[in-house]
Amino acid sequence: MDALALSRWQFGITTVYHFIFVPLTIGLSPMVAIMQTAWVRTGNERWLRLTKFFGKLLLINFAIGVATGIVQEFQFGMAWSEYSRFVGDVFGAPLAMEALAAFFVESTFLGLWIFGWDKLPKKIHLACIWAVAIATNLSAYFILAANSWMQHPVGAVFNEKTGRAEMNDIGAVLTNPTVLAAFPHTITAAFVTAGTFVAGIGAWWMVKLVRRGDLATAKDVYRPAVVLGMIVMLVGGVGVAISGDAQAKLMFKQQPMKMASAEALCSTTSGADFSILAIGNLSNDCDNVKHLISIPGLTSFLATDDFNATLQGVHDLQAEYEQKYGYTDENGDPISYQPDLTVTYWGFRLMIGFGIGSAALALAALWLTRKGRVTDKKWFGTLGIAAIATPFLASSFGWIFTEMGRQPWVVAPNPDPSGVDGVWLITARGVSVVPGAGGVLTSLIAFTLLYGVLAVVWYRLMHRYTIEGVAPSEKDPSPEARTDDDADRPLSFAY
Amino acid sequence: MELTTVWFILIAVLWTGYLVLEGFDFGVGMLLGLLPHRGPGRERERRVMINTIGPVWDGNEVWLLTAGGATFAAFPEWYATLFSGFYLPLLLILLALIVRVVAFEWRGKIDDDRWRAWADRALIVGSWVPAVLWGVAFANIVRGVELDTDHQYVGGFWALLNPFALLGGATTALLFLTHGAVFLGLKSAGEVRDRAARLGARLAPVTLVVAAAWAIWAQVAYSESGWTWAAVAVAAVALVLLVAATRTRREGLAFVASAVTLVAAVVLIFGSLFPDVMPAFDSANSLTTTNASSTHYTLTVMTWVAVILTPLVLLYQGWTYWVFRKRISADHIPESIGLTFERPTADAGTQER
Repeated sequence: MDALALSRWQFGITTVYHFIFVPLTIGLSPMVAIMQTAWVRTGNERWLRLTKFFGKLLLINFAIGVATGIVQEFQFGMAWSEYSRFVGDVFGAPLAMEALAAFFVESTFLGLWIFGWDKLPKKIHLACIWAVAIATNLSAYFILAANSWMQHPVGAVFNEKTGRAEMNDIGAVLTNPTVLAAFPHTITAAFVTAGTFVAGIGAWWMVKLVRRGDLATAKDVYRPAVVLGMIVMLVGGVGVAISGDAQAKLMFKQQPMKMASAEALCSTTSGADFSILAIGNLSNDCDNVKHLISIPGLTSFLATDDFNATLQGVHDLQAEYEQKYGYTDENGDPISYQPDLTVTYWGFRLMIGFGIGSAALALAALWLTRKGRVTDKKWFGTLGIAAIATPFLASSFGWIFTEMGRQPWVVAPNPDPSGVDGVWLITARGVSVVPGAGGVLTSLIAFTLLYGVLAVVWYRLMHRYTIEGVAPSEKDPSPEARTDDDADRPLSFAY
Repeated sequence: MELTTVWFILIAVLWTGYLVLEGFDFGVGMLLGLLPHRGPGRERERRVMINTIGPVWDGNEVWLLTAGGATFAAFPEWYATLFSGFYLPLLLILLALIVRVVAFEWRGKIDDDRWRAWADRALIVGSWVPAVLWGVAFANIVRGVELDTDHQYVGGFWALLNPFALLGGATTALLFLTHGAVFLGLKSAGEVRDRAARLGARLAPVTLVVAAAWAIWAQVAYSESGWTWAAVAVAAVALVLLVAATRTRREGLAFVASAVTLVAAVVLIFGSLFPDVMPAFDSANSLTTTNASSTHYTLTVMTWVAVILTPLVLLYQGWTYWVFRKRISADHIPESIGLTFERPTADAGTQER
């Protein structure tokens, strides 16, 4: 493999690793904040026990999220230096803002939250976890603004003298319609992830305790966790669907090739069907694809709210792009402007499919916990644990679809010719010159192995702390803020 | 003042924040293998050390991410050339930082000696590697590197390991070790404090000699300007003060002295570069604050963001240090609340019906 292929694999692997942990942090930090708020407001110990329990899981997850995130800040310069030169004037701004406005807040206030249980007044300590929750979501906004700019550049012009994209409107970059759709979609998906996580673990524990005869803890602690998780999951789920629909409509306008590939839509069609299942060799020859099950007109409807609308197909777009951009490969032939059809087609379907996965848990939970009930049905506990995986998978497939659907571009051209003419770059021109294939192969192997080991350890820790459950209330007495500087009192928490 | 100059200074400020704050974090991590005595008290002493930086190390590390992000935003050519050029050293630094992060957070989660031994290895290696390699990297930047006409680094990996750079690595490692020791003298109590003070007194003279040698070499051979002699002088005075303060166990003064030394080092490094950001052997190919910078518009936007947010960061990070200002001794360390992998605590004795 050459440096380009290796660099793409490296970025893909490290980003997917990072985004296993990110949605849980984004969604779980506000949920822990909600639990702690409930404890501070009601004084009910159940919320304190839940705060501590899910707080531990949050911290185990936060650490690996930070660890896998550090790499991303530098990987642009390391492996994609030519891209960085081209976009730095625009792309660097949201990145630097993210660090200044969000990373500092979350890292500092998380430290205060972890170690401050008995050092800070109750309400200030509560404010710390809220600061973490808000900053985590804010950082998602900035990085998504940066990513959305690569999908749909705005607020910039191409400067022929310097050969780079130059920013002329930060407001446009931060209010890119693409990020205004991508942010709610990502955030609500993160809420579904965390909601499923909390409800799934709560369901498993509730069933276990009912079967063991500990009805009190099942009813008093885990049932509220299931209910809270379920509410977050349902609200998030509705948000994912609405924002996903809005995002698809934008994508038909902004990146028609991506959506045409996702639907394996070969030729320009009026009233395009939505394909549910297809067979055949999808690898970049869409005429080979046989659509087995399709819903008539649905794709056109999703794109435009009109069942009969005309959508451009892959072939016509290819011809149009060849004319417009004129990139050639080493033999002088026009390059293919199609993303990998297999990945985009299945990435899209798996995202939606797995996204629906947690709904089964939500519906079952809604029924089985109605009116203060608890349940001893073993399948419900199993469903709870199994459902936890589905939003993680949906998020990964969604990002793989978004990112690989952008190929061969690293900065996709804005089809609207006003303002951002010339701001586009193909991935092959963005890769670094210096490290070479050997250098990138070294780092690819190193990151993959290290992340692999850490992911296994992460899983074992999460599993171990999950099956430990909430501590009995006598082990988690209400922490009291004490400022008496009692010299010999042990720390409330120490590493 | 030109905005490019403002951003050159701002990035120097961000690196100052990183090296002064993370400097003692690295020092504490490096000392984890050197300071605690062997025997039954070892684990408790290690936890005292780790917990002196427990609430703050993560916030300290963000100074690096911000310096990286700010370089990308303000000097994209510098960011691209530097990080693709110094690919392998940066890879090693990143791997070290990764294992260090998870070791902090996961170390106490499992109550098992082998588990903790692995976490300690990660903390120690994760502190030594960046402590040495940041010095190597900065020394190479000061010295100048081989850039071609496209500003690509073409010197290769081994050229980075020249004597001046290696001495730079030794300098940062020693500075951080001493900085960590005097920080422990300030933040811990009991046995750890005494041992840190003794070690700091022994380290300080060595640091003085090595750091002074590197600083004078840098100034004489590579500085673009004469005024940076002032930074060398400040560093020298601070180092002498550091030696004196560690001998007489004036802990506050010792910490101020080692912090001032690090500030002076950043001033020397950036001062000797200016107006270059990455000098090339053939000076026609050098990256400067002008040819590496973003547009005026981007710099203006980022200046507003930095001017509003940086003071706030200093304010709440300062407050964190105030909240956790108390010294930590072995008596403050609670029993390990970690679990074991064997079996759930609650299940001990009860059977599922």
